[in-house]
Amino acid sequence: MQTSNTTAGTEKGLQDLDQIVIRFAGDSGDGMQLTGDQFTRTTALMGNDIATFPDFPAEIRAPAGTLPGVSAFQLRFSSFDIHTPGDAPDVLVAMNPAALKVHLKELRKDGILLLNTASFSALDLKKAKYEKDPRTDGTLDGWRVIEVDLEARTLEALATSKLDNRGKERCKNMYALGILYWMFHRDMAPTEKAIAQKFAKKPELVEANLMAMKAGFAYAETTEIFQTAYRVPPAQMKPGTYRNIMGNQSLCLGLVAAGQKAGLQLFLGSYPITPASDILHQLSTYKHHGVVTFQAEDEIAAVCSAIGASYSGSLGITSTSGPGMALKAEAIGLAVMAELPLVILNVQRAGPSTGMPTKTQQADLLQAMYGRNGECPVAVIAASTPADAFEVGYEAVRIAVKYMLPVIVLSDGYIANGSEPWLLPDPEKLPAIPVKFAPEGQPGTKFMPYARDAQTLARPWAKPGTKGLVHRIGGIEKADVTGNICYEADNHQHMVDTRAQKVANIAADIPPIETIGPRTGDVLVLGWGSTRGAITASTLRLQKDGHKISCACLRFLNPLPNDLGDLMRGFKKVVLPEMNKGQLAMILRAKYLIDVVSFSQVNGQPFKSHDIHAFLQKTLASLGSTRDAGSAKETRR
Amino acid sequence: MTAVPTSPAPLTKKDYKTDQEVRWCPGCGDYSILNAVQGAFAKLGKQLHETVIVSGIGCSSRFPYYMETFGFHTIHGRAPAIATGVKTSNPALDVWVVTGDGDAMSIGGNHFIHAMRRNVGLKILMFNNRIYGLTKGQFSPTSEQGKVTKSSPLGSVDYPFSPIALSLGAGGTFIARGIDVFGPHLEDTICKASAHKGTALVEIYQNCNIFNDGAYKGFTEKEVRDERILYLEHGKPLLFGANKDKGIRFDANFQPQIVTGADLDKAFVWDETAANVAPAMALATMSEGEFPVPVGVFRRREKPNFETGIQAQITAAKSKKKESIRDLLFAGEIWDVS
Ligand SMILES: Cc1ncc(C[n+]2csc(CCOP(=O)(O)OP(=O)(O)O)c2C)c(N)n1
Ligand code: SF4
Ligand SMILES: [Mg+2]
Repeated sequence: MQTSNTTAGTEKGLQDLDQIVIRFAGDSGDGMQLTGDQFTRTTALMGNDIATFPDFPAEIRAPAGTLPGVSAFQLRFSSFDIHTPGDAPDVLVAMNPAALKVHLKELRKDGILLLNTASFSALDLKKAKYEKDPRTDGTLDGWRVIEVDLEARTLEALATSKLDNRGKERCKNMYALGILYWMFHRDMAPTEKAIAQKFAKKPELVEANLMAMKAGFAYAETTEIFQTAYRVPPAQMKPGTYRNIMGNQSLCLGLVAAGQKAGLQLFLGSYPITPASDILHQLSTYKHHGVVTFQAEDEIAAVCSAIGASYSGSLGITSTSGPGMALKAEAIGLAVMAELPLVILNVQRAGPSTGMPTKTQQADLLQAMYGRNGECPVAVIAASTPADAFEVGYEAVRIAVKYMLPVIVLSDGYIANGSEPWLLPDPEKLPAIPVKFAPEGQPGTKFMPYARDAQTLARPWAKPGTKGLVHRIGGIEKADVTGNICYEADNHQHMVDTRAQKVANIAADIPPIETIGPRTGDVLVLGWGSTRGAITASTLRLQKDGHKISCACLRFLNPLPNDLGDLMRGFKKVVLPEMNKGQLAMILRAKYLIDVVSFSQVNGQPFKSHDIHAFLQKTLASLGSTRDAGSAKETRR
Repeated sequence: MTAVPTSPAPLTKKDYKTDQEVRWCPGCGDYSILNAVQGAFAKLGKQLHETVIVSGIGCSSRFPYYMETFGFHTIHGRAPAIATGVKTSNPALDVWVVTGDGDAMSIGGNHFIHAMRRNVGLKILMFNNRIYGLTKGQFSPTSEQGKVTKSSPLGSVDYPFSPIALSLGAGGTFIARGIDVFGPHLEDTICKASAHKGTALVEIYQNCNIFNDGAYKGFTEKEVRDERILYLEHGKPLLFGANKDKGIRFDANFQPQIVTGADLDKAFVWDETAANVAPAMALATMSEGEFPVPVGVFRRREKPNFETGIQAQITAAKSKKKESIRDLLFAGEIWDVS
């Protein structure tokens, strides 16, 4: 919250800021996700750059008022280009003692705490594991505390509403939102519209929610407690049309757009699992685009049905998270052998086993690369931001169809549920996805299911139902070209090499790595997936300080881009932050014999950019890196 | 001149044979099944390219290589799931699943019951030899208790279950049984399965002469057949014996009883289309030792297919809403930055 000038606006002070980080925290029943979502939409529409991070509790409904029941939503908005939802919040909205207990320690010193004082009875405190009332024992010292009994205020405001008291109380999140809208100079109109839509069938709910919001706004404007409002001017964004988007959503849009472009029916086989279920939900709403969704009996059936769909000429997709990936391994091997297109979406979560379903991690990379029996290479690509997931979903379809092989897409819980403004692409300019099914066979000729394209080595996609193409394929090793079962030594070697070469050939299809900063220097920070934002933010800061540091985010993990080796060799050190125990670092060390330094964090939370910053500073210091003011203005990309 | 579409010459059994050498053990019951399937297919009036055969893993699952149709030899137990994807994405295809008692009842049990439950238009041929053939002779979920195999040297402790009863429980709409050595009956049963719209199961008793030889000898040998086999015939009483002088009725507790002589007219009249599964269940679970072994159709009920329902939703949605990629992407709250 870097303050600039104070401008007169209302009777109270109005201060311009260039960014703000707000965290909403409350019981999972308190509507924190909805509140955060409304603030986000409004703010996006007002032209700020914004990044969000919902942090769900493990339980759907943990006992009210307890620590495990706390749900949070952090958002950061700014008047400049941002890459992460921020580290420590400037403002914490705590709806009960439990939310206070869990989140207070992260509130920036001197930050604003908006505390709902409605439930601070001895029992409430006990549930939150407070021995004494934190409001009176000095716990809150050092923060700017604003205490409001949100329940009492909301009940007052809704005196004329037809809702019962319970229903009225449930509007308290909207009261809090109203306060924040005043504090941060937000427009209430988008929320009015959204709430009217959301509860279209229950006008009394619309009325109560909006009344509560407006009352909150008025309360902040009139009471003495609130002295200043803040304004964050719009960001300088690239011209174009924007839409705020969450990762799972944009991944789906990428797939549907690719399906349309390719002229293929999409078939999703899936089994519900957090945090991937929303992909199943959302694709189920695209029936008008010909998307077939199949909720299978388990993940094995899910991937198998997708393989069957691809075999018959649709594009098979399966979506899941880590435990489901483990179940799909054997079937993915079949798709590799049958050389069929298949897109496998793994929205990673904290493992192993059931792990922490609502928390994020990127520890399934080695599983994606190697987690199958035999030599079983597939293409592996990773989404790095909510908006990037669109391109990655699209690219996955393009690669799967062009090379006739499975593509694993890695996303994670952070990308899936996080959101950001997305500069909408021109649909006309999306890359073409040509699909050529094998034509009808001529009488007297025998169809060769493994005759290959000279350039890509892809085999023909032969749709059952096409005359003259009858043939047999399967998971057993087969002779190249004819596809007949074959156990000969030389043939097996040839087929193993060919399947590997097919994946390797994709490297020729990948654009050079985009770096932020020059392609040589002291430190290269590499990343993949959702660490991109934190890496970019820390790198830019260090560049500003004059360090010879650059960063790059890899979309393709298999195959790796052709220019990666040379890029890494252009730096004294390569640092690789990952939310795992150093999985990509291990691959790069093995493949390039470069001493890649792993910076690992596996705690279920995304990296904080200040942690990466601190680590990079240490690395730079160890190199005796000298600052060079000249490089500070290095262009990005 | 307008081209007159010539309907292709009807196919023969031979047309369905492939150039691949059949690799089952000499004397294996799978040969007779292959013969019956080819015979049946020749009668179905389809063209080669309209049919897909999906199999799992096992001796039985080698089947597709010997049929001149589209064939997909997949992984152990998963054929119904893969076939569900094939059929759902292209309902016009004629999709068959070939599987074994281990493949379908053990590792693939889950997919099997859910295919039955959904009523996907698949025809499932389950070769039941009551043994794991390909892995050289371990007991299977249909092996009798006490079976001595390499993995059960003191006899298996497991109880077997009846695939027919399982399918009845799973809501199957066509459930039948045939036997490898009863070629014409099997061929006929396969044709009936093919005519059924929803999921059709044909359990085929198959002799594995290497690891479970004679498993069905007790009721299939020429000398005992007539007395030991009960042919289920729609609309006819349940009669068996060389002179059809024995019958099956059900007592007040739905226990099957053998009736003879003057009681013969109390024999239960078989209705394969009955809504009540109880009679079929009673036949499927009656003791093989005490009662004759039923073959033929246990159940045949019409019910809308899964894939038809799915595609109907798609068709309806498509006609209701047309959306370009642009409209798809530029949806919700969007804003312009200039
Ligand atoms: C995942 C997996 N587990 C185990 C096997 C080994 N395996 C192959 S076939 C088979 C049993 C086959 O029995 P059945 O389905 O009855 O077929 P049959 O050979 O008797 O026709 C087993 C256990 C395998 N191929 N894959
Ligand atoms: S092992 Fe048994 S089932 Fe397998 S081919 Fe030989 S005889 Fe047939
Ligand atoms: Mg068997």
